Amino acid sequence: MTVTDAARESVASALEADQVVSHLNPPASYDLADHPVPTGREEIWRFTPLKRLRGVLEGTPSDDRLTWDTTLPDGVTVSTISTAEARALGELAPNDRPSALAVELAGGATLVDVPAELETDGPVLIDLHGESADQLVWGHLVIRVGAYAKATVVLTHTGSARYSATTSVLVGEGAQVNVLTLQDWDDDAVHLGRDAIRVGRDATVRHTAVSFGGDLVRLHANVEYDGPGGDAELLGLYFADAGQHLEHRLFADHNAPKTKSNVVYKGALQGEGAHAVWIGNVLIRKVAEGIETYEENRNLVLTDGCQADSVPNLEIETGEIEGAGHASAVGRFDDEQLFYLRSRGVSEPEARRLVVHGFFNDLVRKVGVPSVEEKLLATVEEELSKNVLQELS
Amino acid sequence: MSTLEIKDLHVSVDTEDGPKEILKGVTLTIGDNETHAIMGPNGSGKSTLAYSIAGHPKYTVTGGTVTLDGEDVLAMSVDERARAGLFLAMQYPVEVPGVSVSNFLRTAKTAIDGEAPKLRTWVKDVNGALERLNLDPSFGTRSVNEGFSGGEKKRHEIAQLELLAPKVAVLDETDSGLDIDALKIVSEGVNRFREQEGKGVLLITHYTRILRYITPDYVHVFVDGKVADQGGPELADQLEAEGYDKYVKAAV
Ligand SMILES: Nc1ncnc2c1ncn2[C@@H]1O[C@H](COP(=O)(O)OP(=O)(O)O)[C@@H](O)[C@H]1O
Ligand SMILES: [Mg+2]
Repeated sequence: MTVTDAARESVASALEADQVVSHLNPPASYDLADHPVPTGREEIWRFTPLKRLRGVLEGTPSDDRLTWDTTLPDGVTVSTISTAEARALGELAPNDRPSALAVELAGGATLVDVPAELETDGPVLIDLHGESADQLVWGHLVIRVGAYAKATVVLTHTGSARYSATTSVLVGEGAQVNVLTLQDWDDDAVHLGRDAIRVGRDATVRHTAVSFGGDLVRLHANVEYDGPGGDAELLGLYFADAGQHLEHRLFADHNAPKTKSNVVYKGALQGEGAHAVWIGNVLIRKVAEGIETYEENRNLVLTDGCQADSVPNLEIETGEIEGAGHASAVGRFDDEQLFYLRSRGVSEPEARRLVVHGFFNDLVRKVGVPSVEEKLLATVEEELSKNVLQELS
Repeated sequence: MSTLEIKDLHVSVDTEDGPKEILKGVTLTIGDNETHAIMGPNGSGKSTLAYSIAGHPKYTVTGGTVTLDGEDVLAMSVDERARAGLFLAMQYPVEVPGVSVSNFLRTAKTAIDGEAPKLRTWVKDVNGALERLNLDPSFGTRSVNEGFSGGEKKRHEIAQLELLAPKVAVLDETDSGLDIDALKIVSEGVNRFREQEGKGVLLITHYTRILRYITPDYVHVFVDGKVADQGGPELADQLEAEGYDKYVKAAV
């Protein structure tokens, strides 16, 4: 079945169902009672090894904080606001228990503010660092980009913690925003994150999640629209090593006409017990006529003993769409590619390295943050040397 | 010097019904400065011969020997064979997404030579090779074989032949699917290679057209996994007039 066929079929079946809310993405709510402690059988939790969350879901209050190191271009400010103020700014309400707990327990939020019409001269760099996985940290962040502003925000997570954070990105009309979150944790970190973006009228947003480190990382990237013409690109790149659980959950809620979403996540897995989960969902509401959406996830399994779960979904309430498609694949090295490269004299490890770089390359080029792009390629190289290349040399 | 010697080569592939023998005793010697054409109908095992020489893992050699200048080719890995001086221009070149042609060429050249090429001459060499094959310089930034037209794929194979400078080139239906202009360009590339000292060419085709541009020293008729007949260039003319019928009938 081709991608378009698959999409068409989902269109047909979804139209019959005539749903109002997404079955995969329960309504957002600040009320903890709406987010009961999961048993693990729930649709939204069934892929996550709850034990390895190490008590985060219990919601123990904690004053632990990550250390912040920020580089701010002229005109961009960072300030602390109250929980109520964050809500009043129109942030996006939490959509699962960890994000609801984060708002409840963080005791206020950090606001990164990019004023309207500001074109920043460099990226906003926010380096977040944790000292150890004994720390339990609740995070609450609001990134506000005013109308017609242009900004890039890079969040880098290093060290270790048990960290649960709720982040809203509020994008004004016609703004152009690039947000990148890099998970470069130590091996024992637990990171539950919910990034949600509201795309202003005619605004363009790119959100990239890059996950390399951590014992368990489970991130939502959600997008909804504040009017017609919004364009969101949700990118992701991950490299799951032995024993790591990396989970990315995507949700594009087309709640306005003439909006676009393009989701591309690519991951590689290597080593015993490496587990990647990708759940993509696109909801096209009745009002959302003339929208375009595409979601894609590709996994490259480099060794035995890995597991990649990849589930694209499409829920459609209108037939008047411009285009909708999805693709998902889990594959191993292609023997024909390796043969072709080796037949040109390239050794097997080098051929594998080329194929993996190639696999990630087009995605890395889309990230749009040159300093990060270079680092990404270097990290891919480092990850490769851990396992795939070593075992062969 | 370059001599590729194939002796009584037997090759099988795994199928659902167990191994199936495809090459049934191929003997062939490509001497110094010689071009041999292998002609045969579809399904006769030509690509199997090409892939077996290159070491494709799908094919199992069950008997016979292949040597290059006396070295045991069958004992070498795929990449060792290439570094020993063998080159296979594939009938269906493989896409490698995200790997640019220029990165690919440089990596291959470095692997073959055992050291990175000198940057300045290398850029000139690459641009020259691309130009001679009528490929735009921007070709270098495209992903290997991805979205290439049939003709671009084949011209890219010949550009590699020029740049990697092997001892013996096996060209598997490099002519098929090419229009006349592309066929001429590709043939000129092969002829430039042949003019160099000590090169061998094994030119595989099922159609005589390319032999008007590349004159072989020997022609071998390949039917049902074996050489059924051999002769000089005149054998190609005979095949053009009569086809493979009489050989195919004799084989069954
Ligand atoms: N994997 C395979 N399984 C079964 N038969 C195969 C396989 N690969 C090749 N063959 C058969 O081997 C024969 C020779 O194929 P090939 O070498 O591609 O021929 P040619 O290049 O001369 O057209 C054909 O009959 C083909 O069907
Ligand atoms: Mg063939």
